Amino acid sequence: MDEKQAAAHAMVDRVFRTEARRVKATLIRLLGDFDLAEEALQDAFVAALHDWPRQGVPDKPRPWLVSAGRFKAIDKLRRRARFDASLEELAWRMEQDAEAPEAVAPELEDDRLRLVFTCCHPVLPADAQVALTLREVCGLTTEAIASAYLTAVPALAQRIVRAKNRIRETRIPYTVPERHELPARLESVLRVVYLVFNEGYFASSGDSLLRADLSAEAIRLGRLLGELLPAPEVLGLLALMLLVESRRPARIGTDGQPVLLEEQDRRLWDAGLIAEGLPLVEAALRAGPAGPYALQAAIAAVHAEAPDAGATDWAQIVGLYDVLLQMAPSPVVALNRAVAVAMRDGPATGLALVDGLLAAGELADYGLAHSARADLCRRLGRRDEARAAYARALALSRQEPERRFLAARLAALDLS
Amino acid sequence: MKYLCLVYSDEKLLHSLPDSPEDAECQAYADSVAESGRMLAAEALQPVASAATVRMRGGRMSVVDGPFAETKEQLAGFYLIEARDMNEALQVAGNIPAARVGSVEVRPVRSLQL
Repeated sequence: MDEKQAAAHAMVDRVFRTEARRVKATLIRLLGDFDLAEEALQDAFVAALHDWPRQGVPDKPRPWLVSAGRFKAIDKLRRRARFDASLEELAWRMEQDAEAPEAVAPELEDDRLRLVFTCCHPVLPADAQVALTLREVCGLTTEAIASAYLTAVPALAQRIVRAKNRIRETRIPYTVPERHELPARLESVLRVVYLVFNEGYFASSGDSLLRADLSAEAIRLGRLLGELLPAPEVLGLLALMLLVESRRPARIGTDGQPVLLEEQDRRLWDAGLIAEGLPLVEAALRAGPAGPYALQAAIAAVHAEAPDAGATDWAQIVGLYDVLLQMAPSPVVALNRAVAVAMRDGPATGLALVDGLLAAGELADYGLAHSARADLCRRLGRRDEARAAYARALALSRQEPERRFLAARLAALDLS
Repeated sequence: MKYLCLVYSDEKLLHSLPDSPEDAECQAYADSVAESGRMLAAEALQPVASAATVRMRGGRMSVVDGPFAETKEQLAGFYLIEARDMNEALQVAGNIPAARVGSVEVRPVRSLQL
């Protein structure tokens, strides 16, 4: 390969990394099919590898790739139609579309938004929504997603194939939903983004406590949504992710164990992420009645603004949890509120609330409820109860670093 | 990543079902995979009656006629492809014309630990 060719290859590689996701989103819209679009994308880049060294890199590589991909797809369908007559009509229709004027000025950015809504469509199972979004929108490989979620590759590949079939068979439209259905549909998009973030931040099982790459993808999606659709809850979720993410450098001690929020070295928190997140919280709260993400972001902001754990405005945090609990009642939110009450009014008050929640039954198998109880009992000097609760939490934990943390707490009880 | 797509079918039926592909269609598909830059190698195989299976035991070679295992469907051909991930490989494999009458097993290639 001579030097000029090598340079063109490097250029195509660079363009591929930055543009492939967007070009693919547009091709999905134009071709109406995920798999055709994936083939067309590949063919478009092969065409670029062929043409660019000879003709030079086009001024606007993205529309060039979209148009090359589209014509390659039509050409391919035509050739396959020689053996399968049923493809003839599809090829013909695509050709007509390609000549329609709207195709000349495709709204490229909106296509990624359309794609997110399609991948997170409520007719798809929740785990398929996550897998499809990570692969089709974020560009992760099947193998990478499977490894992040500790799933076997063939099972995950099957989930993606089934989801695409479902999209094809139920003719899920490739559009941003109309205003009247937007709130419900947006909710499922935000849930997927938040699930991806949480899996990256609080990996549910396995050796590694954090899967930074997944959190980074979730934040990237959040920024994209924030740019294209700055609804209050979109900004709220983005702010929440940024503020939680800012604590990542302080969250794991040098021994690899998790460090509780009140014991973290706040000088390690990422000031850049906090500076990006705080104004978003304000914008989200200003834009209307606060939704659950904006409220959780507001709670994270109170923590971010406290120079040390002792200076935390617990009264404000309890107040925010009160509103959150009314709006989106859940036992986990109630547990977090109980912990905040314990910080404001003392461990005895908090423990009474936690015990009430445990007695209600829903949190009986939730490890964090037992470790919260253990911690409050420890602070009250009720050592035997603390020991039993840490042991229960340990029995429920599937996550290695967390298990080590709980075991260490348990051991420390016997020393003190 | 590299993937090996193993095309299996009942070789007595492979060419005689209503959906059976003609050789020209198989070649056209192989050409389109090659054009997309994903093809490393692909071949169709002769029937298992032409197979011989060889083993080396204690320095001595023994040969039996016929395939490694008697199965209902036989290995009829293969594609060795380069794909971004498993789903892309499945996409290429699923469109192999013989997949309409047989099955295609997709196996990621393992790099040797050296």
